[in-house]
Amino acid sequence: MRMLTELFWAFLRIGLFTFGGGYAMIPLIERTCVVKKEWITHEEMANITVIAESTPGPVAINCATYVGLKKKGFWGAVAATLGVVLPSFLIILLISFFLDRFLEIRWIASAFKGIRIAVGILIVDAAVRMIVRMKKKPLAIVILSVAFAAMMLIDLFALRISTVVLMLAAAAVGLTVYLIRERAGRRDRNDPS
Amino acid sequence: MILLELLAGFLEIGCFSFGGAYGAIPLIREIVVSYGWIGEEELSYMIAVSESTPGPIMVNLATYVGSEKAGVPGALIATAAVVLPAFLIVIVLTLLLKKLVTNGAFQATLGALKHCVAGIVLATGVYMILVNCVGVPGNFKADIAAIVMTAVLGALYFGSRKIIKNGVSPIVLIVLAGVAGVFVYGW
Repeated sequence: MRMLTELFWAFLRIGLFTFGGGYAMIPLIERTCVVKKEWITHEEMANITVIAESTPGPVAINCATYVGLKKKGFWGAVAATLGVVLPSFLIILLISFFLDRFLEIRWIASAFKGIRIAVGILIVDAAVRMIVRMKKKPLAIVILSVAFAAMMLIDLFALRISTVVLMLAAAAVGLTVYLIRERAGRRDRNDPS
Repeated sequence: MILLELLAGFLEIGCFSFGGAYGAIPLIREIVVSYGWIGEEELSYMIAVSESTPGPIMVNLATYVGSEKAGVPGALIATAAVVLPAFLIVIVLTLLLKKLVTNGAFQATLGALKHCVAGIVLATGVYMILVNCVGVPGNFKADIAAIVMTAVLGALYFGSRKIIKNGVSPIVLIVLAGVAGVFVYGW
């Protein structure tokens, strides 16, 4: 029980003090769980980052669930996840009650019109970061370009095609190309001519 | 039934959001706009609010949309729905399928998925900037002030990285844009 409350409070603090989303949380999670509490090792932390990157959902949730599970099984995972979600849940709930009334104030509405521009820049920046980290293989560049073009067309002509469809198609292409290459590689090994 | 819709919509977001919050924004936008929960403009305000308040951005957006549409029960359901897939998948992966993460076919599939997400996010950002500057398709109207602000803020945000180590932070950019908005659009 003590471990459960400790997990809850540690992740509550992580949830409360990180601005800018999940990736901004990783350094704080590392400091809390690896350096201070010694709940997990550096190697496990690196694994968590890979798992968080490879699974859908908020990165912070992936990390909290993993650490909680390691330390105290299922209920540890529940305690850590609740802890990391609770602060932002309460803060946003409070904001949601007031935002509409805030936006009726002229200068706040103007400020938000300006802020829209910052959000556009931030989204482009996020995409640029993803592209910079990417290994620039031909297939990757083709998928990136086709996805970009398709999404632009969807937006410009208000097409009713879900991004989920684009993602599933890309995943299918990635898997198919991998399987074809694997088979070609095996044939090469069997038949060196 | 709005609660069921919130549950279905945010479960879908939770299941298909790769690449952190910004990777999920195109899908969040598609779902909240297609269900008619909140408009494009309100969504972009909320992205800024989520960026400037603590916590995972996706959770912040879910809580806000849920609360706007159906009060506290809506906020609870939307938040739980966006969190649940990530929670369950990590548990299953850790307990049963440790080897999967390093499997070649899995990695190849995931790689393709990430490249696709990068393209989708880039298009979403470019489209959002276009809408800010020249209006929506069918109602084109060049907004000179927005074009100038985009150019100046963009140059400042990306250019500052060449001068200071990490450049201007997202929150500073949001505050600057807000101040510029007050001066440009009046108070």
